Amino acid sequence: MIMATSADVSYHPGPVNNLHFLIYYSIAWASWMLEVTNLSCVRGTRRLFRDLNFSAAAGELVELRGPNGSGKTSLLRILCGLSSPASGEVCWQGKNIRALAEQYLGNVAYLAHQNGLKDELSAFENLRMSCGVAGRSLAEAEAIDLLTRVGLADRLYLPARVLSAGQRRRLALARLLSLKCSLWLLDEVLTSLDDAAMQLARQFINDHLEDNGIAIIATHQDLNLSADRVRRIQLAGV
Amino acid sequence: MFAWVVWRDLILAWRRRTDVLATFFFFIIVVSLFPLGVGPEPQLLRTIAPGVVWVAALLASMLALGRTFGNDYQDGTLEQLLLTPQPLFLIVLAKVLAQWIVSELPLVLVAPVLGMQFGLSQNTLWIMTLSLLLGTPVLSLIGSIGAALTLGLRAANVLVALLVLPLYIPVLIFGAGAIESTVNGLEPQAYLLLLGATLVLALAFAPWATSAALRISVE
Repeated sequence: MIMATSADVSYHPGPVNNLHFLIYYSIAWASWMLEVTNLSCVRGTRRLFRDLNFSAAAGELVELRGPNGSGKTSLLRILCGLSSPASGEVCWQGKNIRALAEQYLGNVAYLAHQNGLKDELSAFENLRMSCGVAGRSLAEAEAIDLLTRVGLADRLYLPARVLSAGQRRRLALARLLSLKCSLWLLDEVLTSLDDAAMQLARQFINDHLEDNGIAIIATHQDLNLSADRVRRIQLAGV
Repeated sequence: MFAWVVWRDLILAWRRRTDVLATFFFFIIVVSLFPLGVGPEPQLLRTIAPGVVWVAALLASMLALGRTFGNDYQDGTLEQLLLTPQPLFLIVLAKVLAQWIVSELPLVLVAPVLGMQFGLSQNTLWIMTLSLLLGTPVLSLIGSIGAALTLGLRAANVLVALLVLPLYIPVLIFGAGAIESTVNGLEPQAYLLLLGATLVLALAFAPWATSAALRISVE
């Protein structure tokens, strides 16, 4: 049996009586952006986690921990709406994300295990195209500025095919920044980054949280973030 | 957004133009083989021309189907497309349009030249081009459903053929019928109207079906 350890997971203070319950939920609706209730996930015949409850308010970081195959990626995919949960629901500002559909997706940036880059396009084109198809205009200068920030200034017009794994990850980070979304869902964001780039990624996440963004990050490495509101969720695979 | 998706796919196709050229030359070679194989009897060639051109177009479009979503699926950009805050059917429509421009439009343009090998009259060549112009978008639209359904499966190419070819039959009948009636000196109007109706129907329903299929395949 695989399930989330409830002590770590539950962020809810736990309503004691009806009055508490009412107060608790009215505050919750006002301040919580993302709320996950009784979420269960089944892949094939395996139950990855069940009855997962947590929520995240603006400026909060949720760190997903757990061994390989414990459902971190599955959880992120459910949170962005790519997969549907076996039971339970995910709400954004009090409304189910299924019902919100595109309205919700406008707030979400998902950095998956795969970088989602086109090998045939240059770094610059990759960035501009991904913004273009997302319906956001990205000025040329802004794109160059972003790529400079992630340290790809001298690789702007090289096809993504010739970039190294770390450079491709940096490019994916630039895309994440360019989308200007309030909810970041990051899967192993530090993979194949060198020390400098890891520092950079931490800086980006910190800035994002200070801007009242939310970040949900699946990771094996320590993020060492100075953010004061970090919540840790341990998914326990057995 | 729509224009960005089309533009993106056109650039990608240009950078991988060998794939596109393969479809194009496949069509040319298949159509050209028939006059060589059947012999230079003009009456016979005129009789088989409509069927040969349309069947070749069908098979060539099958070859291109896997690319509509396959590459995007493999590098993870399809997920990113699904996560854009845009209606999915518009994205699908844009991708199908780009696929049609890249893989089908060249076939339509080269068909009159190939038709000359079959001794077709000028009028018939026009009708053939027109029927292909109306019919090939239907092939792309219906094909996109099959391509989306078989994403990530092992024998995807074979499966797509089994799924989609039967659905192509109406287009084949109306398309070849239009050319045939012109060859026989009849009015092709009815067939062309039917092709147009099929196109409207496919435009209305195929993008939705493809969107649903994509969501299932990516999950």
